[in-house]
Amino acid sequence: MAKLRTRKHKVVLARSRTGDAGITVILFILGLFMFLPMYYCVIQAFKPLDELWMFPPRFYVMKPTVKHFKDLFTLMSDSMVPFSRYIFNTVFTSVAGTVGHLFIASIAAYAMAKIKFPGGRIMFTTVRTSLMFHQTVTAICSFILMSTFKMVDTYWAIIVPAWGSTLGFYLMKQFMESHVHDSVLESARLDGASELKTFWTIAMPMVKPGWLTLIVYCFQGLWNQGASMYIHSEQLKSLNYAIGQITAGGIKRAGASAAATVVMMMVPIMVFVITQSNIIETMGSSGMKD
Amino acid sequence: MSQKTAKKRAVARKDMTRMQWTWHEIKRNKVAYFMVAPYMLIFTCFTVLPVVLSAVISLTDFNLLEWPNFVGPANYIRLFLDDDIFITACQNTLIFACIVGPASYLMSFMVAWFINELSPKIRAVVTLIFYAPSISGQAFLIWKTLFSSDRYGWVNAWLLKLDLIPKEIAFFEDADYVMPLCIVVALWTSLGTSFLSFIAGLQGIDKAQFEAGAVDGIKNRWQELWYITLPNMKNTLMFGAIMTITSSFGFGGTVTALCGFPSVDYAAHTIVHHLDDYGGMRFETGYASAIAVILFVIMIGSNMLVKKIIAKVGS
Repeated sequence: MAKLRTRKHKVVLARSRTGDAGITVILFILGLFMFLPMYYCVIQAFKPLDELWMFPPRFYVMKPTVKHFKDLFTLMSDSMVPFSRYIFNTVFTSVAGTVGHLFIASIAAYAMAKIKFPGGRIMFTTVRTSLMFHQTVTAICSFILMSTFKMVDTYWAIIVPAWGSTLGFYLMKQFMESHVHDSVLESARLDGASELKTFWTIAMPMVKPGWLTLIVYCFQGLWNQGASMYIHSEQLKSLNYAIGQITAGGIKRAGASAAATVVMMMVPIMVFVITQSNIIETMGSSGMKD
Repeated sequence: MSQKTAKKRAVARKDMTRMQWTWHEIKRNKVAYFMVAPYMLIFTCFTVLPVVLSAVISLTDFNLLEWPNFVGPANYIRLFLDDDIFITACQNTLIFACIVGPASYLMSFMVAWFINELSPKIRAVVTLIFYAPSISGQAFLIWKTLFSSDRYGWVNAWLLKLDLIPKEIAFFEDADYVMPLCIVVALWTSLGTSFLSFIAGLQGIDKAQFEAGAVDGIKNRWQELWYITLPNMKNTLMFGAIMTITSSFGFGGTVTALCGFPSVDYAAHTIVHHLDDYGGMRFETGYASAIAVILFVIMIGSNMLVKKIIAKVGS
């Protein structure tokens, strides 16, 4: 009885005051380390030129201005290839890559998580192993293969590899394994639903956090894509690359460059803010057995 | 396979050989193969095949133009005996990965653990603060502004103002500072996927276990961490470790953006840079493939090693 009572009153967990204080201090220091550069990055974009070149630099803005954002758009309209083209390139590859990846990877994840078939385990182990090495290892030979398939210097060179990316697939498979119950699928199969139909009408609606996560990961990767060794034509290059060209202009473009950085980083951050709870839920089943 | 299932199978397929049974299962699950086919095809083309191809090409003198000749292990011999820069690159990569990897892993875990008991709203905000740098694209270049080589760089400005240095330090052009700075920036951007998985993993532990632990005489949070928390999230720890190790070997792009290529005196030259140099600029594809194979072996090797270590946690 004594044990039960302590549990009910929730006075159980051993936490010392000094421990709490220590943790708060460490967390605060680490938080400053992470936050201050971010903050500085944002306020740089709002500093008028005389404040950008002020000695010593300030961690606050006295006369905030949006001039740099305007400059950025002026610079954009001066570029050789119309800027809308870069925006289109990035938006198009991001959307096409993400949508394709969502379908192709989820359907494969479903089959591997919920159907037992010879070879399934080996396939999954291979994909999982590929999480252990970085893409740089495969870059050169991917290039050779792409030129064999005549994909170099087309949108395909960006989109198709994204369809086959591994992290989204892995998280989806793990999430399906733990969140789609076999009994539900069994009854659907008994009712005569085909595997495809079961996947689409039963399994997919049950793993919404899973596909949000997959979308976010794939989208972030494609959105932040800079210059790629697979693309040479100026008309096909990404927004990130184009903005990099603007900011490479040196001192006189410091303001516009700061504004560009802020514009570019706002998108993934907003996406994360909206989807955070779903992503964390998906990560709950990311664990790697054996 | 356990005896029980073996027996069950044996009954179901008593008239068949192993081959026939497998064939039967393949036919029965035909649809599954159609479902995995598109993904596996692309995955094989852009991940498996390149690795295999690298291993083959690394034994030739391929240069993208002429038909390759087989040269045996010559590329590897040249790498280790004739290429001083490669040895520097190896050292830098190891220093980099051995500091950034564990530090980022520990930081991810500590922060996730610290914020675990905060209320959900505050936790979401703190998560964003720590996670944002890793998804903000070019934002890490702000470190270049902070450590700029003129007096408008924040660090130089204050060091000058407080009379600690006689004149500006060109941080990113000085071999003494390049490496430590790159490590700091890498750490700053490193709280990514593993961090999120730790937060989720900690949230997923059954609260009753902690309460039971407290009743059973767990005295402080450190004991709780070691005896309850860590053993309960071994799988997450494993996943986090893999994500951290993989990214800590692949920071090449960040370093190039910070200190240019090649970095001063090759002070921040890593294997990834060496690979880019030979593969992307000099088109010595055979040689570059050998570098890629070595990088591949190092990454897989360190992942395996860490796997063994994590298996020991809490036991």
